[in-house]
Amino acid sequence: MLTVYRWELRKLRYQKRTYIGLGAAVIVPILFVAAVHFRNHHGHDDFAFSSYLNRSGLAVPLVILLFGAIWMFPLITALVAGDIIASEDHNGTLKTIFTRSLERWQIFAGKTLTAVTYGVAAILLNGTVAIVVGCLQSGFNPLQSLSGTIVSAPKGLELVYVSLLIYLLPILAIVCIGLLLSAITRNSAAAVVGTLMISLLIQLIGILPGLGAVQPYLLSTQFNAWQGLLRTPIDWAPIVQSAWVCALYGLPALAAAFLVFLRRDVAGG
Amino acid sequence: MSDEQPADGPPPIEVRGLVKRYGELTAVAGVDLTVQPGDVYGYLGPNGAGKTTSLRMMLGLIRPTAGTVRLFGRDPMESVAALDGVAGFVEAPTFYPYLTGRRNLELLAAFDGHGAGSRIDEALATVELADRAKDRVGGYSHGMRQRLGIAASLLRAPKLLLLDEPATGLDPAGMRDMRLLIRRLADDGMTVLLSSHLLAEVEELCNRVAIVRSGKIVYEGEIAALKRGAGTEYGLSTTDDERALAVCRAQPGVSDLHQKHGRIVFTADEPTAAQLSQALIEAGALIYALAPQTVTLEDLFFSLTEDGDPAVTPAVAEPAEMAP
Repeated sequence: MLTVYRWELRKLRYQKRTYIGLGAAVIVPILFVAAVHFRNHHGHDDFAFSSYLNRSGLAVPLVILLFGAIWMFPLITALVAGDIIASEDHNGTLKTIFTRSLERWQIFAGKTLTAVTYGVAAILLNGTVAIVVGCLQSGFNPLQSLSGTIVSAPKGLELVYVSLLIYLLPILAIVCIGLLLSAITRNSAAAVVGTLMISLLIQLIGILPGLGAVQPYLLSTQFNAWQGLLRTPIDWAPIVQSAWVCALYGLPALAAAFLVFLRRDVAGG
Repeated sequence: MSDEQPADGPPPIEVRGLVKRYGELTAVAGVDLTVQPGDVYGYLGPNGAGKTTSLRMMLGLIRPTAGTVRLFGRDPMESVAALDGVAGFVEAPTFYPYLTGRRNLELLAAFDGHGAGSRIDEALATVELADRAKDRVGGYSHGMRQRLGIAASLLRAPKLLLLDEPATGLDPAGMRDMRLLIRRLADDGMTVLLSSHLLAEVEELCNRVAIVRSGKIVYEGEIAALKRGAGTEYGLSTTDDERALAVCRAQPGVSDLHQKHGRIVFTADEPTAAQLSQALIEAGALIYALAPQTVTLEDLFFSLTEDGDPAVTPAVAEPAEMAP
């Protein structure tokens, strides 16, 4: 499995989509901070979250998480998760790797681990760049929590990274859905777009009137679970709920993807 | 057969009652074949006859609807371990276009383990791709990809090589090189199953063949036996063809008698032809020409896979090793 994982990572280095996703993860916080700087420079400092953003650079990654949750991170994640099996179909290389000495489960596990790694790398890269550019803009200052209390800068930095890790829970579920679509559709574009569409569709369900009761169980809601960390005292309930709700979405999708991959006939390519 | 192959133990390939159905379509309809150690075994059939589907089942890529495949006694559907000592490709060999030829081989060698990585240079040299190994496969010609496919197979140090149309799309020089390469591998003791449309190539390389039509084997056995079963076709011209025809009709062992392009054509074995020549002279039909016509594998192939030339069809209707 680790052999596949190493080679999948190496293959990612040679593919444009890898850099498109990671590039977006780097550029978005830079553009965001540039926009904040521009508005401040022109005296328009009354925009959403401006007090947080101007008080501490540590608020930048959290605000980006809030806005990026809807489409950006699911899309970046889907770029690899949706492609990693389907591209083998496109290139006809499944038959090449299935006739070597590794079992299909080992190949699947290696690919899953790679897709997860890419999602983790994109989120952490985005968060780190956002912290750096945010601190350049507003300084490495204490962070104001959502309860209004002030958290020291080192503690705030720790909270930001833990928030990113909690945000990874729904992202991992997205990875699993992407892998399933990648295995089923055998088409990279369909799998990438399909993964994003499912993510958006779940969010759409969340804003439909009369469906408030299902809101806590929607994947879209789990993208905000990290906010529990920024309350005083920390509210663990949404975080715990996020863990099992994301597992409910992700594990069946992963199991289905595994079975499809394991049992599929490689009749083309 | 090669001296280096063990004579005992399970055969490299043993296929029994192999069936693959896709809904209403039956792609493979009960194939039985056995490839013995050291064979260079031709797997022939027209497009859509089920050759590639059979090969995919042999390599464990698709599940049979019914029947069994055993490679050295092991079931490729149970575990990829059944492919130990087995290599090859179905249809065109495929690689990651954004990686170089060498990187592709390194990846496959890593997937293989067992020191496969140490064979990369040798494999590249064998297929004469060493000088292009640092180029991306996306820029390779079809022939280069075919050769890289062979190199990828050689990494596994196979005892059995399954090749599906390895010369398809190659120019004449490339086809010759591919033929020489397969010949060399076979001479080194490798058992080869070769699916091909190129009947001359199969006739030159293979000692045994299976001919498949509409998913069924219509002949399995030695090419020589197939030709013997077909008998020899003779062309005859005499001073009196009417009388000669009557003599031929009366001669035991003469079959498939007819006239073609002003000549008498019939099928017979050599002793029968000798007796016939004497009978013709005694009957006063002096012989201008009595010449055997060479029956090629192509003739036999078409007679088995199409309605075909009636000159050979009856003769091969009961070949020595006709599949059940």
